[in-house]
Amino acid sequence: MDFVDYYKTLGLDKNASADDIKKAYRKLARKLHPDLNPNDKEAHRKFQQINEANEVLSDPEKRKKYDQYGENWKHAEQYEQARQQSGRGHDPTGGFGGDPFQQYTYSSGDESDFSDFFESLFGGTGGGRRSSRARYRGQDYQAELHLPLTEAYRTHKQTLTVHSKQVRITIPAGVENGQVIRLRGYGGEGVNGGPAGDLLITFVIDNNTSFRRDGNNLYKTEEIDLYTAVLGGEKTIDTLDGKIKLKVAPYTQNGTTVRLKGKGFAVYKKDGEYGDLYVTWQVKLPTHLTERGKQLFTELSKL
Amino acid sequence: MNQDELIAAEDLCTHYHIEYSFISSLHGSGLIHITSVDSAAYVHPEEIGKIEKFIRLHYDLDINLEGIETIHYLLERMEQLQHEVQRLKNRT
Repeated sequence: MDFVDYYKTLGLDKNASADDIKKAYRKLARKLHPDLNPNDKEAHRKFQQINEANEVLSDPEKRKKYDQYGENWKHAEQYEQARQQSGRGHDPTGGFGGDPFQQYTYSSGDESDFSDFFESLFGGTGGGRRSSRARYRGQDYQAELHLPLTEAYRTHKQTLTVHSKQVRITIPAGVENGQVIRLRGYGGEGVNGGPAGDLLITFVIDNNTSFRRDGNNLYKTEEIDLYTAVLGGEKTIDTLDGKIKLKVAPYTQNGTTVRLKGKGFAVYKKDGEYGDLYVTWQVKLPTHLTERGKQLFTELSKL
Repeated sequence: MNQDELIAAEDLCTHYHIEYSFISSLHGSGLIHITSVDSAAYVHPEEIGKIEKFIRLHYDLDINLEGIETIHYLLERMEQLQHEVQRLKNRT
């Protein structure tokens, strides 16, 4: 646990007035407030730091204690006891009231929004200074769910553990990489009777196949040999729904793409609807020819 | 939507200790939608998250209505662009 320089956090020197602190805090809060930086963990972390600095420096009693002990904060309790015994200590029950200016009410929903340093010096989590508009909806929780592409192809159920709670969800087929779904009421508990927040699940789709996905369509490159390309033939390929046999037309050029309607990816929340599968033929030329083969190719070249 | 599922704007103001004029001006700017039933104003529960954000921006960060409108527009643009980036990433 390290000493936290609250003045430095707010970009102030130790002689800063209450007004300077207020201004510095608001300026930084406007830049780093989580409402203005959605999904930015770094901004969120910095906002917690300035919030904590403000919690201490905007409260005359806390600021006094902080200034008094400074980097010797580890010995604060001993000093306090000694002072009280000698009859010069401050009122141990009071001191942290007062509200020189508005305190932000945003909470991260983490176990504590305050550092170990703060809790060691002041105890608790500083929650006593929340504003009077305290009945707030709980914090939204964010979670990531990794799914292989093959699982995202079918509607299925999964049980997740979020903050020690079991949540059983149905994942509709066709969910996209980066897509977010909101589960109402599965977030943090509301403050003072406010409604619970939501659980926001971001899907991370891991492509465990040889297909490339673009929306509802799938793309794949398949090799065919020279003879099938020239003379035509059949080729069995994999789709996400099993194997299918495709006819290869005679004189198929390298890079030719065929569209297989309805063999692509499942369309999100449209049961039974699928995109298309595009197969690009890559003609594989022989890498080795027998003498007879060479002879035949030579004859062909002279036709 | 059933009227029972709507939230009276008056209750909202009591709950968050805010003036009705603030809710009304959010509606006037098109940031939220108010439904009038028998001359009383109601909001849809889906709007609550947005309203709470606007309350924080206004009362905690001292941002006026014009500022809130601008922030709202830019955050929407940012979200659209993030979706676009995600969509492009998904193509590769």
